[in-house]
Amino acid sequence: MMMAKPSPALLQRPGDAAEMVIRGARVLDPRADLDAVRDIVVRGGEIAELAEPGAAEAPAGAESVGGVGLLVLPAFVDPHVHLRVPGQEHKEDLETGTRAAAAGGYCAVIAMANTEPPIDSAAVLGSVRERALFEASVPVGFVANVTQGMAGGELTEMAELREAGAVGFSDDGLPIRSARVLRRALQYQRLSGGVIALHEEDPDLSGDGVMHEGEVSAVLGLAGVPAVSESTMIARDCSLALYERARIHIQHLSARASVEEVARAKAAGVEVTCEASPHHLTLTDEAVRSLDAGFKMNPPLRSEDDRQALIEGLRDGTIDCVATDHAPHAPEEKEVPFEQAAMGVTGLEKAFAVLHTELVLPGVLELETLVERMTFGGEPFGIPAPRIEPGAPANLVLIDPAKEWVVGEDGYESRAFNSCFAGRTLTGRVLMTVAAGQVAYRRRSFAISAAAEVAG
Amino acid sequence: MRHLLAVEDLSREQAERILERAESFAEVGRRDIKKVPTLRGRTIISLFYESSTRTSSSFELAAKRLSADLVSIKAVGSAVDKGESLKDTTSTLSAYDPAAIVIRAPQAGAAKLVAGWTDASVINAGDGKHEHPSQALLDVYTLRGRLGSLEGTRIWIVGDVSHSRVARSCLLAFKLMGAEVTLCGPPTLIPRGIADATGVAVRYDLDELAEADVVYALRMQRERMSESFVPSLREYAARYQIDERRLGPRQLLMHPGPVNRGVELAPEVIDSPQSLITAQVESGLVVRMAILYELLAGSDRARPDRGPAPAETPPRIGQPA
Repeated sequence: MMMAKPSPALLQRPGDAAEMVIRGARVLDPRADLDAVRDIVVRGGEIAELAEPGAAEAPAGAESVGGVGLLVLPAFVDPHVHLRVPGQEHKEDLETGTRAAAAGGYCAVIAMANTEPPIDSAAVLGSVRERALFEASVPVGFVANVTQGMAGGELTEMAELREAGAVGFSDDGLPIRSARVLRRALQYQRLSGGVIALHEEDPDLSGDGVMHEGEVSAVLGLAGVPAVSESTMIARDCSLALYERARIHIQHLSARASVEEVARAKAAGVEVTCEASPHHLTLTDEAVRSLDAGFKMNPPLRSEDDRQALIEGLRDGTIDCVATDHAPHAPEEKEVPFEQAAMGVTGLEKAFAVLHTELVLPGVLELETLVERMTFGGEPFGIPAPRIEPGAPANLVLIDPAKEWVVGEDGYESRAFNSCFAGRTLTGRVLMTVAAGQVAYRRRSFAISAAAEVAG
Repeated sequence: MRHLLAVEDLSREQAERILERAESFAEVGRRDIKKVPTLRGRTIISLFYESSTRTSSSFELAAKRLSADLVSIKAVGSAVDKGESLKDTTSTLSAYDPAAIVIRAPQAGAAKLVAGWTDASVINAGDGKHEHPSQALLDVYTLRGRLGSLEGTRIWIVGDVSHSRVARSCLLAFKLMGAEVTLCGPPTLIPRGIADATGVAVRYDLDELAEADVVYALRMQRERMSESFVPSLREYAARYQIDERRLGPRQLLMHPGPVNRGVELAPEVIDSPQSLITAQVESGLVVRMAILYELLAGSDRARPDRGPAPAETPPRIGQPA
């Protein structure tokens, strides 16, 4: 029996192929072993040439972008976003969500399936994929649910969903409580072929917890979610994956114990990848002392020791990629007491700037490592990381690495503004994003100066 | 002081001022006419999303003794029942231009949120399992009335600390006033990390209870049994009940009420001479009068002057500047 044959994984609104020259920027792509000042020629949406500065010839009619002092990276891939379609368009939709992704420098995102209704049938999957063709400025891949109605009981028609274009499977938002059900899904992967992405949490241990169980929860009187709620499930699921020789992807690691479980599993030969979010890498439960629901998410912000373990895991490769878990919510879902508030924060528009400011500039993380981790997110789902090399589709992000800006100062591209970094001054701003050969984003002031340069 | 949201925000000086004010109100309570005109013409709204007997009644009586106009809202039967959000309820009530809103809600941080949405002074009468600052102040007041000072006093707080806002506020207030605090209860009901977070001692049995000057027992809620925090009331009582045998003659006993007789306290200690439980209720009234006074009429609380609207109109588009 052959594996189900997938349809094209990523979908985007058709548009004009980019024709441009970016002159004199520092071009960095660790996978291509490239870190040099270059002129990049993009022709017909493909990278045509990487030339010595000043040596490139612009194709006729191409836009010329001055890149001196700027940084060009392969654009980022986010394996974990919530675009809220179908059913919760008051929070976000494909148009606003992909616009936010483009503004953050992403050339692809993978949308989760905990929608209303959830994406648990080929019919629902087909409808969102079709909308992506009209609304998505950045290519979107969709996962489908592992279980019907995300109820944790019966498997979805995974083979059909895979053929209909699901890039993988996830009940994200909820754990798969039953080891038996997960085991069946892992066995069935031999037919369906899609990776299973897991939200790891033991509901019995989490109980009605709303934040990390620790010193801060003790003082606030808020019910805590212990770190072992996550790590024990990771241990269970890695054991199952090893036994069934299956491939799993662990979503949003938050705790030291979790990083250690994944490291152990990788050493034991489990085919497992995992992700961590910018907020878990830069914030701790101390932020929750304010009782501001803007810091409520699942998994919760944990201790400084947990945060340090995540950074170490990101550095040594135990953590394969950065995922924003971009989770837009309407204002009225956050303007309530902490215990009642919806869980989640937006992330796409500032993920790079947050990690650049908090980890790269202080010297905690190499820029090269950050670029690798921010571009790897599609790989677990069979989507190769973008590369900057001649002949490759143009997936580029142009960044002013020294530009300071305040999160939210110009509003957001996302429909939601539940950012846990609102008001923070960050260093490093995305100026332009080219996704799958199309210009997906230009920062407004930047576009004006670029036009002036063309005119001049 | 504008709001009373948490003991954590209080300085010792602020606490002392409220306690001294309460002493002066104790005198008012001994008069035939127990009313002063301090807050005449001011509106106080009491908004209770949880049932309460002593806190709501003592705040309401305190407001009346200060001659304020009182509106008392219980969640049952109000717009809250119809799903109105806390923010909308706050806006609605703020339209009456209240001087203060006294709020109890089942969620941590509710009072703080309300404070951000209204011009009124906000008093936290209990927010989830977080804090209950007026309770802590009245307990300090009660103890000072008996001991003079809390400096160096050893206080044991015994029982279900995890689910108790009283325990959280009291341990902070007792420490603020110089007492040494020990938390004692079943390991399942002492929150992980509380010792490191607050610098108090933690014990899981009553073996050393004799060292305490004050024993503060917490209410043990029956639903904790079904959540397997403790195996049975019988085992809980055997291990943690304060009874004649455990309570020494020189130790003082406190409890925030309502008491589960025969569970956390044996009946004989409730009515013993060491018990301050009735004194706590009496203190509640004068301390809450003092809190209202401090926030609404205190020396450093200048009420923002809201006279008639300013005469000048904003410039219109096209109008020369």
